[in-house]
Amino acid sequence: MTTTAAAPDPLVELRAVSLAYGRGDGATLALADATMSIRKGEFIAVVGPSGCGKSTLMKLVTGLLPATSGEVIVHGETVVRPIKGVGMAFQNPTLMPWRTTLDNVLLPLEVVEPHKRQFRARKAEYAAKAKALLASVGLGDFAEKYPWQLSGGMQQRSNLCRALIHEPEIMMLDEPFGALDAFTREELWGVMQALWLERKFTAVLVTHDLREAVYLADTIYVMSRRPGRVVLKRAIDLPRPRTLASTFDPAFVDIVHELRDRIHQEYA
Amino acid sequence: MTDSQSRALQTAMPWLVMAVFLVAWELACVGFRIQEIILPRPSKVMIVAIERFDILLRFCLETLWTTMLGFLLAIVGGLVLGLAVGASPFVYAGLYPLLIAFNAIPKVAIVPILMIWLGVGATPAVITAFVISFFPIVVNVATGLATIEPEMRDVMRSLGATRYEILTKVGIPRAMPYLFGSLKIAITLAFIGSVISETVGGNRGIGFLMLSAGARNDAPTTFAGLFAIAIMGILMYAVCAMVERRMTRWAFRGEMVG
Repeated sequence: MTTTAAAPDPLVELRAVSLAYGRGDGATLALADATMSIRKGEFIAVVGPSGCGKSTLMKLVTGLLPATSGEVIVHGETVVRPIKGVGMAFQNPTLMPWRTTLDNVLLPLEVVEPHKRQFRARKAEYAAKAKALLASVGLGDFAEKYPWQLSGGMQQRSNLCRALIHEPEIMMLDEPFGALDAFTREELWGVMQALWLERKFTAVLVTHDLREAVYLADTIYVMSRRPGRVVLKRAIDLPRPRTLASTFDPAFVDIVHELRDRIHQEYA
Repeated sequence: MTDSQSRALQTAMPWLVMAVFLVAWELACVGFRIQEIILPRPSKVMIVAIERFDILLRFCLETLWTTMLGFLLAIVGGLVLGLAVGASPFVYAGLYPLLIAFNAIPKVAIVPILMIWLGVGATPAVITAFVISFFPIVVNVATGLATIEPEMRDVMRSLGATRYEILTKVGIPRAMPYLFGSLKIAITLAFIGSVISETVGGNRGIGFLMLSAGARNDAPTTFAGLFAIAIMGILMYAVCAMVERRMTRWAFRGEMVG
């Protein structure tokens, strides 16, 4: 171990990463020269004007898209194909309507090694684990229901459970609360924070909502307009667990204003 | 009208419409003095159908058997080809134009060719039923696979799922409502296929019965045959619709939640 307390090895590192969609003259540069490093267990949020390549960034980190230039490094290795051990949650819950909530949550265990091979043998154990996870987000009684029998907020909770069940090291959250009403959204911030405090996975949250970013993240990256560049890196050192009441503290509000001002410059 | 009354009326509607249609037909035949050889009265058709029930049944079963065989072949073939077309852009690009060209050929035109190859009998009818009912199955299954949400695919890929796993865990379950939906269309087409074949040249089946009755100017028997085909079509459609509901309950969620 060469890790020191001052500069721990990052789990995820982006070195001057750019991504262009299309080729030649018709290519649009979505992301330019992005450099960031994410520690293990760190919760980062990426905010910025719409169309700044936030979602692109997520796909780059997970290896779903290859970088046009620069390097994405996870675990010290350059990413060239979709990396394993990632949990993903999108704005659209993408639950499978033909599976019950429980079976939806179990899906990653049917696919990810080493669970895949043991799935049949340890099914009861896995199901118990999934039920416990569902219960921890308040869905204990809904395991046997189908996703379309759940409300939007409940679907998004199940979606988070599915993203977490295989205990991924990295969680990718692409506006997971974007389609929910304000009350449900704020409630789920609390659920998300509790899950993170308990499991300490590394999380990358892409969001439009500055309060959400400040509530959840350790570090916030502000991106510029397309092509997206990182224009501000802001550490959030507010104490945890943060509560809804704390979102009205001056310290919290100041950070939100600071971020908002920076993003407004992008529109100037 | 109360809720239960309106529901009862809804159930009765198809029967009422059918009854009105038959009565209007009967009255028109009597009122306009239409000759039996042109258009027999439905009551006469019914009497003939009862009188010749055993003959009708025998020919019906022959048709039903060839239709079902062709239909089953179409399900297997359509499923396999639909999965291949939907899963691989290369197979899609290569086969789709060919499939469309093939589907555009009037199936009546291929029956004589089949007769030359296979002789008269059940085989041309089975193949015609297969050929005509196979296309909607392929198209539907392929559509179901091709329209997987990209985000669903991303979720699977980020879990490290192989193409095969994405196909079996997402693609196939998702294509099932499309498959079962297409079966309702395919089964009626399969009847058309086998009857066409029997009518163009055959020695068996309800199509042959109608053709030979027509040649004897026996219009009531011809019409009895028509009715028999329609009844078989409705029954098989109902079976397909029932199977569809059983197998893909989740796709009918709107009706169950509401």
